[in-house]
Amino acid sequence: MAAVSDNSQAQHPAFYAVVVMLIIMAVGPIALMFVNSFKLDVDIISGTSGLLFLPTIQNYETALCDVLPYELDHLDFCALKFGGAFINSLIIALVSTFFTLVIGCMAAYALVRFRFMGRDTASGTTLMVRMVPPAVLLVPVFGLWNNEFCISKTSWLGEIIRDNFGGRGDVCLAGTHSGIILIYIAMNLPFVIWILQSFIVQVPRQLEEAARMDGAGPFQVFFKVVLPLIKPGLAAAAIFTFRIAWNEYLLASALSDRDTKTVPILIVNNMSEFNVEWGVIMATGMLLAIPPIIFTLFASRQIITGMTAGAVKG
Amino acid sequence: MSATTFNRLTPYLFLAPALVIMVLALLYPLGYMVYGSFRDWDPSQALGESEFTGLANYVTLWNDPNFRESVAVTLKFAVSVVSIEMLIGVGLALLLDRNLRGMSVLRTLFILPMMIAPVVVGLVWRYMYHPTVGIFNNTLKSIGLEPVDWLGQHALLSVIIADIWQWTPFIFILSLAALQSLPRSALEAARIDGATGWQQIIHIKLPLMMPVLIVTGLLRLIDAFKVLEVILVMTEGGPGLSTEILALRISRTATEFRELGVAAAMSNYLLILLMLLTLLMLFYNRWQEYRAAKAKRAIEEAV
Repeated sequence: MAAVSDNSQAQHPAFYAVVVMLIIMAVGPIALMFVNSFKLDVDIISGTSGLLFLPTIQNYETALCDVLPYELDHLDFCALKFGGAFINSLIIALVSTFFTLVIGCMAAYALVRFRFMGRDTASGTTLMVRMVPPAVLLVPVFGLWNNEFCISKTSWLGEIIRDNFGGRGDVCLAGTHSGIILIYIAMNLPFVIWILQSFIVQVPRQLEEAARMDGAGPFQVFFKVVLPLIKPGLAAAAIFTFRIAWNEYLLASALSDRDTKTVPILIVNNMSEFNVEWGVIMATGMLLAIPPIIFTLFASRQIITGMTAGAVKG
Repeated sequence: MSATTFNRLTPYLFLAPALVIMVLALLYPLGYMVYGSFRDWDPSQALGESEFTGLANYVTLWNDPNFRESVAVTLKFAVSVVSIEMLIGVGLALLLDRNLRGMSVLRTLFILPMMIAPVVVGLVWRYMYHPTVGIFNNTLKSIGLEPVDWLGQHALLSVIIADIWQWTPFIFILSLAALQSLPRSALEAARIDGATGWQQIIHIKLPLMMPVLIVTGLLRLIDAFKVLEVILVMTEGGPGLSTEILALRISRTATEFRELGVAAAMSNYLLILLMLLTLLMLFYNRWQEYRAAKAKRAIEEAV
């Protein structure tokens, strides 16, 4: 095999130098943020070189002041409410990932097994949706979620909600977690359906028929036979969906209110102030970056599968 | 309900939730946007109460120098970002397509910039470009050079550099995958015929990779039109209009100027532009398949 013979010949050290340099360039800015998140603003601004500083977790404490169980000495007023935003971000990202996967899985299974419409339709839709920028959805989603997708306050359900949660006007999707979750599900569904199809195609039909012989209904076949077999595909789809829901800023900023703000919104708001508190901002940025970093380190193979599937199989 | 009707309904049951959500949260909003773009619409009214103005929004935009400026900035950004990233990404893939230890580490770490939030990418780069605190100017000063006004005079360039950092790995990983799936026989044959490294690249590797490269480039181009958060955090579109790409202008028109109708018309312009690009890509794919099928038939006939 060619690969074996290639392996035996040693490569020029210059190539390793290039690889190392690329790694440094890719990771450098993130590492810089990591280091700075442990510095006090004085240290960041004085620019005293690199690693000679006393690391402190004060920035993280300031950022999370509203959820910490103890009082902070350096802070007399908790202005940044990042803790609550993290909880919002987590709820929105997890719930929308879960529903996207369940709904996407079922749709992909139907498209593959019952052979209607075919794969072309799904991949065409995926591409079409991929083309739509969130900025284009901003105006209609803002209008619809605020004015049309509402339950009248005089209706039966509307009254129940108003009585329990308060508020004045009609009950609308805007400003709720569900409103943001709905648009994220819609944005991610085509991609999830499309990537899961390629995994479901590989599940041998005989397995399903055997299960059906043993008396399993279509739903049982799906949940007990098919789902366990496409776990790698589910992992890739889950990572991509979670990432988009976790990172997205624009639509969330249009749809959230005071209580449902996500972390990216707070970061952008704090960046536009005149005096940026670099240390605290970097600490929040770091916290926001941790889940994607973990995924990358532990599931890079699935991520690359998902990414290359987009172009190479097209 | 009998078992057979249940079985016949199953596919529809499985598809229904996905269909409902797609129609409700994607198709309907897009139609709503097109409808709204013909109206004089501000956020305080429901769309039905607004006044129908025909093509007025589109005409205003067409004659608006700021909008044109924004289109120009968007095109400049997208084209330069994609061409530079393609050059570097494909170049690196060709250079590093060999058995190097540490390649898997590189590939893993290379995904990082794409995975972390665009907001965070913008934040890190804004810090690095900072006139006094930033690492670039500090380095320049320490080796005795003049500091550069990155996000002021060279804002567009700085934004482009940040995007290159973030997205070149995408091109690199895709072209590396394409390279490694090339037919070994063609490369072997070229080597036996005595082709040099350059000749192999120009006459064999690049032509064989071309379909994947074109699709990758178009995908990246489509994504480049969607970039928003990185630029928003770094420059907020400024100074002046120098980095105000279309996506950013849409969101500002809608939220700051409160002209939803105009913003909708602007979204429509952007959507039409992207639709053309996507169609181009679909047609290219079809054409490739057609050509492959034709070549296959020719081979079969020859045999």
